[in-house]
Amino acid sequence: SASRKSLAALQIAQTSRNYSLGVLPDGVDRNSEAFSRNSKAMDFLISDLQSHIQKVLGGGGTVAVKRNKSRNKLLPRERIDRLLDPGASFLELSQLAGHELYEESLPSAGIITGIGPVHGRLCMFVANDPTVKGGTYYPITVKKHLRAQEIASHCKLPCIYLVDSGGAFLPKQAEVFPDRENFGRIFYNQSIMSAEGIPQIALVLGSCTAGGAYIPAMADESVMVKGNGTIFLAGPPLVKAATGEEVSAEDLGGASVHCKTSGVSDYFALDELHGLALGRNIIKNLHMAGRSLKSGLQNINSEYKEPLYDVKELRFIAPTEHKQQFDIRSVIARIVDGSEFDEFKKLYGTTLVTGFGRIFGQPVGIIGNNGILFNESALKGAHFIELCTQRNIPLVFLQNITGFMVGSRSEANGIAKSGAKMVMAVSCAKVPKVTIIIGGSFGAGNYAMCGRAYSPDFMYLWPNAKISVMGGAQTV
Amino acid sequence: TVRDFSASETRRVEKILIANRGEIACRIMRTAKRLGIQTVAVYSDADRHSLHVKSADEAVHIGPPPARLSYLNASSILDAAVRTGAQAIHPGYGFLSESADFAQLCEDKGLTFIGPPASAIRDMGDKSASKRIMGAAGVPLVPGYHGNDQDIDLMKFEADKIGYPILIKPTHGGMRIVQSPDEFVEAFLGAQREAAASFGISTILLEKYITRPRHIEVQIFGDKHGNVLHLYERDCSVQRRHQKIIEEAPAPNVSNDFRSHLGQAAVSAAKAVGYHNAGTVEFIVDTVSGQFYFMEMNTRLQVEHPVTEMIVGQDLVEWQIRVANGEHLPISQSQIPLSGHAFEARIYAENVPKGFLPATGVLHHYHHVPVSPTVRVETGVERGDTVSMHYDPMIAKLVVWGENRTAALLKLKDCLSKFQVAGLPTNINFLLKLANHQAFENGDVETHFIERFKDDLFVDPGNSLLVDKVAGAARFGATLAAACLIEKENSEFRENLPGSKGINSIWYSSPPFRVHHCARHTMELEWENEYDSSGSKLLKISTTYKEDGSYLIEAEEDSSQCVEVKATCIGNHDFRVEADGVITDVCLAVYSKDQTKLIHIWHGSHHHHFKQKIGLELSDDDDLERKPRFEKSSYPQGSVVAPMAGLVVKLLVKDGTKVEGGQPILVLEAMKMEHVVKAPSAGYVHGLHLAAGQQVSDGSILFSIKE
Repeated sequence: SASRKSLAALQIAQTSRNYSLGVLPDGVDRNSEAFSRNSKAMDFLISDLQSHIQKVLGGGGTVAVKRNKSRNKLLPRERIDRLLDPGASFLELSQLAGHELYEESLPSAGIITGIGPVHGRLCMFVANDPTVKGGTYYPITVKKHLRAQEIASHCKLPCIYLVDSGGAFLPKQAEVFPDRENFGRIFYNQSIMSAEGIPQIALVLGSCTAGGAYIPAMADESVMVKGNGTIFLAGPPLVKAATGEEVSAEDLGGASVHCKTSGVSDYFALDELHGLALGRNIIKNLHMAGRSLKSGLQNINSEYKEPLYDVKELRFIAPTEHKQQFDIRSVIARIVDGSEFDEFKKLYGTTLVTGFGRIFGQPVGIIGNNGILFNESALKGAHFIELCTQRNIPLVFLQNITGFMVGSRSEANGIAKSGAKMVMAVSCAKVPKVTIIIGGSFGAGNYAMCGRAYSPDFMYLWPNAKISVMGGAQTV
Repeated sequence: TVRDFSASETRRVEKILIANRGEIACRIMRTAKRLGIQTVAVYSDADRHSLHVKSADEAVHIGPPPARLSYLNASSILDAAVRTGAQAIHPGYGFLSESADFAQLCEDKGLTFIGPPASAIRDMGDKSASKRIMGAAGVPLVPGYHGNDQDIDLMKFEADKIGYPILIKPTHGGMRIVQSPDEFVEAFLGAQREAAASFGISTILLEKYITRPRHIEVQIFGDKHGNVLHLYERDCSVQRRHQKIIEEAPAPNVSNDFRSHLGQAAVSAAKAVGYHNAGTVEFIVDTVSGQFYFMEMNTRLQVEHPVTEMIVGQDLVEWQIRVANGEHLPISQSQIPLSGHAFEARIYAENVPKGFLPATGVLHHYHHVPVSPTVRVETGVERGDTVSMHYDPMIAKLVVWGENRTAALLKLKDCLSKFQVAGLPTNINFLLKLANHQAFENGDVETHFIERFKDDLFVDPGNSLLVDKVAGAARFGATLAAACLIEKENSEFRENLPGSKGINSIWYSSPPFRVHHCARHTMELEWENEYDSSGSKLLKISTTYKEDGSYLIEAEEDSSQCVEVKATCIGNHDFRVEADGVITDVCLAVYSKDQTKLIHIWHGSHHHHFKQKIGLELSDDDDLERKPRFEKSSYPQGSVVAPMAGLVVKLLVKDGTKVEGGQPILVLEAMKMEHVVKAPSAGYVHGLHLAAGQQVSDGSILFSIKE
């Protein structure tokens, strides 16, 4: 019957040859001795490989895996599974790196890398495995990390760093730290890729100490998970030794500190799953990132959702009396498709609201005032405008601004420089800009929020709008 | 007999206005259409897009959602009839159907009221007057006090004379049972208040309470020529909160002799008030003595009229219209067939474990069994409709017919298990349990059926054997749901891929590719135990994609139960699922609400629902004090929340008062029912800032108790 099968195969090959020129012949003798010998030898090799793979897939072993779980953390491959599109494939790289390389075992070199799609866009994943030596960087770990970055750079893949690492493995620092292709190169690559418009996104799911702290700090956008994620140049014991200060890890560099006070991180996640969901959202909002791929337009939905709330209610929201505060989000909720708005740096510089949404299917970055502009608000605004510029996302300014904060403290904090940064970002933003004045537009606030002098493509005023150097009350 | 041709010729109805909503409006329109009669619907703001409006030839807006401003607003309804040129008004049931004034107004305006004469409505609407008339006509009555003197001391004296337990029956409004003399006064005053609030009339009757009664009623019909006949009886004994949920015709375990006695008594009752059109004479049957007593007469078409229609093969709405036209009854008493057996199950939006409290919500998924000559589904709602707090929370009536009671019951159970509703809690599972109960199968019914068999009908959390069985079925449901969810989600994602499909599609092969291992998917489903909210359980389910496209599914807490499942999507919601070699039909309904995905699955005769967190909303103070992810109640300890949306009728204590545990604090009214909110524990009432007449929403905090 085997000969009948090969005959059939031959017939198929011959038939297809009638229709298509380049079809190769089968050319395999399934009855030959070599055929069965090769298959046996290969089976042996495959099962040997499989046994190594099984070891590697187990990560740092059952004890470490259990400890990881008790901290409400997923394993790196599970984290990647949750970031990937439902049912999507994942092309893992260098799976056996570090295997039997050192005296101690270092499964997958303590870092999982690979390529897979998120919201239909291929991304490069770089995920520390905290169950393997606390996610620290051995020389091979650095090599694997750099290799992933190299591929991402060549293929223009957005990079997602799932950070959970104790930094460099100190006993081997001589091979990790000083040279060109060592630890420092990670940040160099991040900077170069970011400058080239390849998005760099960090999800801080665990500790992120010393050198590791720069991965989220240098990323275009970063997420921190409350409780588990920490970023600091030195941990609590080192701080105590250096300065005598006693502080908990969470208070020193937890999500709350970095999302609300320092502004190092952009998104606050309540738990790991929330953090991963935020990561997916960031990729969704990249829109036209990686302009060189010329993939810009495909991401515009021809079908769009209407806002959930009545647009006609806008007239009840904005007061004609400018002293009255109102939440700009209620205006945004009535403008954007499906009232869906992914807020950027929600907890930092809260008097300025920034975030991504769509209007009639067109991705936009929205900047709206929720009070006086402080130092932080201005820095946040500048950061957001730069992000949108880098990604070719049109900007919508919703102006209702009495100006920048005045007073000795504000001046000493350099409000003039922070304001200038935002004004500069607005000036240099070569993306479509639309300004709508929905309330007051006073002083330098008018500049930072893209007033007439900053060449908005279109500018609109609501009936309650007022523009002047300062409020009427102050001039008297 | 001389037929009054002139009357029937000139008054023949060509267009009917239906002064009602929901299923009964749709049902009346169906018959009208069959007869070639045009229909006019009326609607409140809440019903603008309702099925009954869509089903009518014309529809007229009559006012805002509250019934008293729309469906009870006689003048706007009469205006609507005049505007559209309708010659007749069918009132349906409820609303204005038993308003003698409305019937009179119709006649005054020259409109035909499709129902009994105003005088009969008036006579029968007053429960004490009706008893007097019935007593005079020789219809047996339950011992009681029906006097006009409502003095509390006299009432108490009369009550003690009749003996306990005793029934407090307002002439208008719901009844209350009083078990012992010391509870009498409070119950009496409560009934008086409720009746006064709902109807403006607070006259109360007292009656002997029959401990093991059956509720049997007789459908009667009369024409305008003095002919009255009966269409046999219905048994409506199975009730909750004194409202019927399963009715059947004919009554089980009843002799033909008894049946004809009952029928004759009903006909005499109707004749005593000069009745015409459809009516129902309700009897209470003492199962111990076999005696029956007149309870009341309902001067309208009843909710449960379809079971009678099924066994006599007649359309009662058609009869109503023909009788209203002045025609004679189409057949005589002896020509009325009695064929087979019929059941009606009322499907309500209600919260069974919370004591059958009415529920509100959106019908995110609504799919019932296909209708046939033996299966009727009377409904006034469609998928996407809202069951609001303004009206009756009934979703549908399921009516089935079989050659005999056993055959009909089998069909009822099958149809109930395939009746799919998701989006709000319903009584479907409870109805199934009722229908499956041995005593019900035996026809051993009485009005305390649910109370008597509550141990069988509700899962007692203490019964570990039963709890395990229920949990096991739920776990299996979760397994099937996981497979269907993954299958559906993956294929939907593949279809809606952004950008060009060509190059991307290789990244979405099935099963998903992994280097040297199989892709796995973990999901957390929180099983919602319908009967015991504390029994809700978080199930962690791990799914491994196999080469052949099937899934290996295991529960994280019990990896020994590993099931191989292959799910094939055959429709929007329908799947064929093979689990360990057994192939079954599975239906899945998924919708989201408040950052949560709600998943309903119907498999075999089971229906399970699960919750899945899809996101977390970051509120301003969330990051400071985060609530545990699956905490049962997200309110501070001691808080008392509104069990339903409703109107505050009365506050019984002031804010800051010291109260005992279980002490009534305030009275809420919703769906015409009063609900007393009690203190959960002893302490001081805190944060009670409500006033009588204020509306509260479902789940809002009313007050809290502080020690």
